[in-house]
Amino acid sequence: MSMINYASREINCKIVFYGPGLGGKTTNLEYVYGKVSPNTRGKLISLATETERTLFFDFLPVDLGTIRGFRTRFHLYTVPGQVYYNASRKLILKGVDGVVFVADSQAERAEANLESMQNLYDNMSAYGYDLTHMPFVIQYNKRDLPNASPLSELQEMLNPGWEVTEPSRKRVVPDAARPGEFLVSQLSTGEWVERAPYFEAVAVGGDGVFDTLKAVSKLVLKTLA
Amino acid sequence: MPVGAATWSFTEDDFGTITTVLQRFLYDAKARCALLVDRSGQLVATVGEPPNFDATAFATLTAADFSANDQLARLIGESDFNVLFHQGERESMYLADVARRVILVVLFDNRTTLGLVRLKMKGAVEDLTKVFEGIFARGTGAQAGAPGLLAGAEDEIDRLFQ
Repeated sequence: MSMINYASREINCKIVFYGPGLGGKTTNLEYVYGKVSPNTRGKLISLATETERTLFFDFLPVDLGTIRGFRTRFHLYTVPGQVYYNASRKLILKGVDGVVFVADSQAERAEANLESMQNLYDNMSAYGYDLTHMPFVIQYNKRDLPNASPLSELQEMLNPGWEVTEPSRKRVVPDAARPGEFLVSQLSTGEWVERAPYFEAVAVGGDGVFDTLKAVSKLVLKTLA
Repeated sequence: MPVGAATWSFTEDDFGTITTVLQRFLYDAKARCALLVDRSGQLVATVGEPPNFDATAFATLTAADFSANDQLARLIGESDFNVLFHQGERESMYLADVARRVILVVLFDNRTTLGLVRLKMKGAVEDLTKVFEGIFARGTGAQAGAPGLLAGAEDEIDRLFQ
């Protein structure tokens, strides 16, 4: 639910980082907080437990620049990843403009990733939002770990693609971030499928953090174009 | 199924009307400051004494507070709690729902009373509800919110992220 304020000439958008517990959602925000100039970001608010597990959400407002004389203000939120906190997790999705799914690449977290992705679809549809028609990117985090699953395996599991039904969207769309790969393509069976853009990351060191943020922010602004 | 949450926008005229309603309310209720926050946590307007705290963070926490209380209401069989009150030693807050999409937060101290704030808030909420219903009715007419606001700005968006 982007809010356009003509009085202060601002466009306000909400981006939510979703994913399984301990996957690196808060780490993404902490890295952005540490790297962005204090003039263009606000305070990082964390509602966390004593052991620094997210209890309700983390929140970071950042300005990403000016377009057509409007300041673009993005409100970045994380959700608590633990299964137990679904009621509060769902609240954070209210009014969301773009979603980043932070997957944990470690092989033993496969089931947690799948469960969280299913939970994301369920919670979005409870609000009447269709994830396949709104800004959505996937970040495969912890790519540096020795037990990280191959990218192809993660893609097959978490980003197999959804069927494109509208005729106007049945056209090949290359993945700008990955030469030779496509976001929308036609299978040999004739069916058209679309996948979410994806990024590899090591959030603790910052690799891929801004690529992910830029991609989702750009998709959000393009929905207003 | 709608694609996502509807975008909404408000003009300087809307802002002027909102400000007038809130200024009158603050004067009548002898309250210090009023903030309007949308349910997704965005700050819409601040009227009265400028807040000496981080208003953006305040807006986010207000929306979260209200949403959490909505769910608590449902758990006990109520559809919602349309007002909330937080009492402090010197400063207190009164929060009220406006048109199911916006939250009015009033900050007041011991120069007034909860009874007076509550009494005057009722009228302010009614006036604001009319204003916001108009704004949202206009917004849903054009799913894109401000039609054409960024139309043709694809290159500019691309450049922003280079």
